[in-house]
Amino acid sequence: MSIIETKNLSFTYGVGTPFEKTAVDDLSVSVNEGEVIGLIGHTGSGKSTFVQMLNGLIKPTSGEVLLDGINIWDKPKEIRKIRFRVGMVFQYPEYQLFEETVRKDIAFGAINKGLSGDELEATVRKSARFTGLSEDLLEKSPFDLSGGEKRRAAIAGVIAMDPDVLVLDEPTAGLDPMGRDLLLSQIIQYHQERKNTVFFVSHSMEDIARVADRVMVMNRAKLVMFDTPRNVFARVDELHEIGLRVPQITRIMTGLREKGHRFSEGILTVEQAFDEIVDRLKREGKI
Amino acid sequence: MIRDVALGQYIPGNGIVHRTDPRVKILLLIAFIVFIFCSFSFVSLGIVTAAVAVIILLSDVSLKLYLKSLKVIIVIVLITSLLNLFYGTGDPIFKWGFISVTMAGVYRAIFVSVRIILLILISSCLTFTTSPTDLTDAIERLMKPLKVFHIKVHEIAMMMTIALRFVPTLLEETDKIMSAQKARGADMESGGIIKKIKAMTPVLIPLFVSAFRRAYELAMAMECRCYHGGQGRTRMKTLHMKGSDCVGIIYAAVVLAGIVLGNIFFTAVI
Ligand SMILES: Nc1ncnc2c1ncn2[C@@H]1O[C@H](COP(=O)(O)OP(=O)(O)O)[C@@H](O)[C@H]1O
Ligand SMILES: [Mg+2]
Repeated sequence: MSIIETKNLSFTYGVGTPFEKTAVDDLSVSVNEGEVIGLIGHTGSGKSTFVQMLNGLIKPTSGEVLLDGINIWDKPKEIRKIRFRVGMVFQYPEYQLFEETVRKDIAFGAINKGLSGDELEATVRKSARFTGLSEDLLEKSPFDLSGGEKRRAAIAGVIAMDPDVLVLDEPTAGLDPMGRDLLLSQIIQYHQERKNTVFFVSHSMEDIARVADRVMVMNRAKLVMFDTPRNVFARVDELHEIGLRVPQITRIMTGLREKGHRFSEGILTVEQAFDEIVDRLKREGKI
Repeated sequence: MIRDVALGQYIPGNGIVHRTDPRVKILLLIAFIVFIFCSFSFVSLGIVTAAVAVIILLSDVSLKLYLKSLKVIIVIVLITSLLNLFYGTGDPIFKWGFISVTMAGVYRAIFVSVRIILLILISSCLTFTTSPTDLTDAIERLMKPLKVFHIKVHEIAMMMTIALRFVPTLLEETDKIMSAQKARGADMESGGIIKKIKAMTPVLIPLFVSAFRRAYELAMAMECRCYHGGQGRTRMKTLHMKGSDCVGIIYAAVVLAGIVLGNIFFTAVI
């Protein structure tokens, strides 16, 4: 059963002005419950615009978004309810922090949803744990945290609303490689425990390869591919044409194959490559 | 969305009005404001109106945008012209209860509304066709003589440039922060005025924090480039008067002559 479905979704900025710009053009997809969807594309290809339509932050110029088969704009007055079901973490979410303490800031969304008392407290703790924020940070001012910690606090604030669909718009942008790895594995872990649906926007092929069940590729407002990472990354030339590159390790392994080494196709992560090479060497009796 | 407001925004283009020297444009704007208020007969008013219309048609900016800028002041125009309509002196041509309308009142109403509309159109034309940096640059040049009175002209112009530069940035930022808080279920539409003001805290605090951060970063960046105010500064883009600027000045002179003649040879109605 698909949890989110879009039908001929389009969005144009500045209709009727000289700055008119179609950011999403006739996009139809269907996403199943519990899937992790990677969304990739060049800067300006319309990724952020697309995901903002999923929770009704912007209203499509045409087409519709179905959540559990119901158009989210059927009852415009109740659009807020949609936002608790489809949680959205913006690009650079650290700029949305405003409360006196991290604890209060994480609780903001949950309070808006109607939580209070022990339930609220438990939710805040749980979300902080999921994002790897330690207890003692909760009483600090959010403005005293480091960049990475702020990012975690902001993500925790959305997770605290316990959304069925979690949308993350470039959550790892601007983090150091260590912080990126850590955040990614925490997102994966959260997904495995909560079994929710995740949209993961990124322009890092490596990140997408690690987390996604299926990959959407956008180019100039259009959806050009929607398939498993293996199948998508096999289309090296097409990706190259729209300015995207397959993960570095995939390129290395493809290069080695072309040199005559018999590695299997579609290797996406360093771990897979490592196993493959060790396997190979063992079989050849070299180690 | 907040950004849709046509707030004196610059519309890039390459028409003759765009290419005219911004200093000339500012002076012409002042001249035209004087013209508009010094037209006392219908003929003079007709001449200024036609002159403004020609500039607007030449300006390479769609008429829709001019209409949009008029939309904001339409209420003001209506109210002032109604007031003028009822407060004329002389013999009433129409009477109903305590309301009486005189010919002088009608003339006043027409003059006042046409003047306001022309003012808005001609000043919109300046902001539509001149980029904010050109505008402040020109203001700095025009105010240069004030240095005699120890007024820090360069610093004032710099502050204006920076302020104008950050208006769109802050609007964009407001938009983003509002979306982010709405995504966390913030309710900004419903409730009374107190509730609405309270609902703005999650937007205002991050906005102020980021405005200060930007100011700090900008100051740092300027210091790193050894910025030290106007003393001995040269310019990358110097302004030069060209042929089209002379055309502008001649145009204004012709309009002026027309208005003066119109005022002399036709009865002043206001
Ligand atoms: N608020 C806006 N107003 C006008 N144009 C916008 C706005 N936001 C984005 N755009 C334009 O829409 C296009 C898609 O932007 P976006 O969805 O942010 O892309 P991405 O997230 O893939 O980088 C870009 O060309 C961008 O310039
Ligand atoms: Mg984006």
